[in-house]
Amino acid sequence: MNRVYLDNSATTAVDPRVIEAMMPYFGERYGNASSLHSFGHEALEAVSIGRKQVATFLGATPKEVYFTAGGTESDNMALQGVAYARKEEGNHIITSSIEHPAVLETCAFLETVGFEVTYLPVDTTGRVLPSTLEAAMTERTTLVSIMHANNEIGTTQDIRDLARVAHDHGALFHTDAVQSAGKLPLDVESLGVDLLSLSGHKIHGPKGIGALYVREGTPIKPVVYGGGHERGLRSSTENVPGIVGVGMACELAHTYLDVDISLMNQMRDALIEGISDTIPQAVLNGHPTERLCNNVNMSFAGVEGEALILSLDRAGIAASTGSACSSKTSKASHVLLAIGLDQALALGSLRLTLSRMNTMEDIAYTIEKLPAMVARFRAMSPLWKEE
Amino acid sequence: MGFEFNENVIEHFENPRNVGEIPDADVIETVGSPVCGDMLTLYIKLKDDKIEDIKFKTYGCGAAIATSSLFTELVKGKTVEEALKVTSDVVVEAIGGLPEKKVHCSLLAPDAFKQAIEKYRAKQ
Ligand SMILES: Cc1ncc(COP(=O)(O)O)c(C=O)c1O
Ligand SMILES: [Zn+2]
Repeated sequence: MNRVYLDNSATTAVDPRVIEAMMPYFGERYGNASSLHSFGHEALEAVSIGRKQVATFLGATPKEVYFTAGGTESDNMALQGVAYARKEEGNHIITSSIEHPAVLETCAFLETVGFEVTYLPVDTTGRVLPSTLEAAMTERTTLVSIMHANNEIGTTQDIRDLARVAHDHGALFHTDAVQSAGKLPLDVESLGVDLLSLSGHKIHGPKGIGALYVREGTPIKPVVYGGGHERGLRSSTENVPGIVGVGMACELAHTYLDVDISLMNQMRDALIEGISDTIPQAVLNGHPTERLCNNVNMSFAGVEGEALILSLDRAGIAASTGSACSSKTSKASHVLLAIGLDQALALGSLRLTLSRMNTMEDIAYTIEKLPAMVARFRAMSPLWKEE
Repeated sequence: MGFEFNENVIEHFENPRNVGEIPDADVIETVGSPVCGDMLTLYIKLKDDKIEDIKFKTYGCGAAIATSSLFTELVKGKTVEEALKVTSDVVVEAIGGLPEKKVHCSLLAPDAFKQAIEKYRAKQ
């Protein structure tokens, strides 16, 4: 059976070149980067190459790159780290209502320990307007965190404009770039950000490794205390194979960025067009143009998402949905509700996310299979009325 | 949050029995709503206190489709009293088990059936 992986926003396949680069560090080069002998030197050398690769990818200097255990930890470090470091200056944080739980749940925690958080609304395409941010800024605002691109609907933000608003009011700016990495140019200077989160496994690197960019001179406290690794900001013996892997993944993403983007754009547009042409009342969620080159998110009136995912899976197509029928009260995605979708359309959403490893054959196969599935569920749906 | 269904569930999901409407149904009942995720409408035709025909339509997940399908199969031809004994536990067991997170979806059909019968009796 055909197997087509269209869930690249959940995770990606590790690039064979990344695996090859990592392998020696599981085997003969197993040293601890802090050790004073040659085993340690080998590891330290690998860590510093990885750090350079990440820095180059971001247009940063190596000492502004801190390795973490993933995107979630990077987000936690940025938010908690800056909130606590600037506690004397203010207790107000601003974020958006469509962030990943790694940001939203960290904010919810900060609210329990005395911080105030404003969750900015978005428009019906998922965009945060600079004027909305401007209106929410106060004298006590120390940090603004707004994601570069959304993981569900792929809407991208004008980070440069938003960061300028934050800076004009004396606040620092963090962006979660976990989903935009490898799909949009990421240059910390042109973005104008103070902190930026990355994750290895979304860019054909390994899981359990990520990085946080922290502009030199940014006040930040650790979340994890210990032996003082990563210049005291994130203790724990360096994950050397992971660092080698994320470094190589960044180098590849950097080298092939333009080619990858145009390939994914072409596949994305073919998917959207193919689905819209063959399925009546298919609605594209998110922004028509300001959207990631790898994201398709559509709702089909009358169709429940989880059932559709199961049918697609039976045909070998891996996708995801904004619904989770996993309790008595099923939860529609907070992102889809934030852009104003009604519950039924939110629960009927289908997310197809691409990577450079997909092909036009994958797209054609999906367009061939999907219409009959949607038609079958509509035929049995009490919510669907044939026009 | 993944889970896996057994072959029985998949078989009912892919080939659900008794899907559709009954134009001259004696009673029609809907439970759930898109807000709680799954929604089910049951159409029941009774004759001499027996379930002569039963059909369903659902906006629901795979487990909701499969268990509703099996429920209709189990109760068709039974007396109302027998059919009321087909609880979600009976359905889950008959289908060979469901992942824990999906057990709640099997309540849909028995709940709709119970409510439908109450509605029907109240009308009599
Ligand atoms: C936008 C965003 N931020 C953060 C994360 C978390 O990254 P990780 O899985 O590396 O912890 C994800 C991954 O789902 C994401 O999509
Ligand atoms: Zn369900």
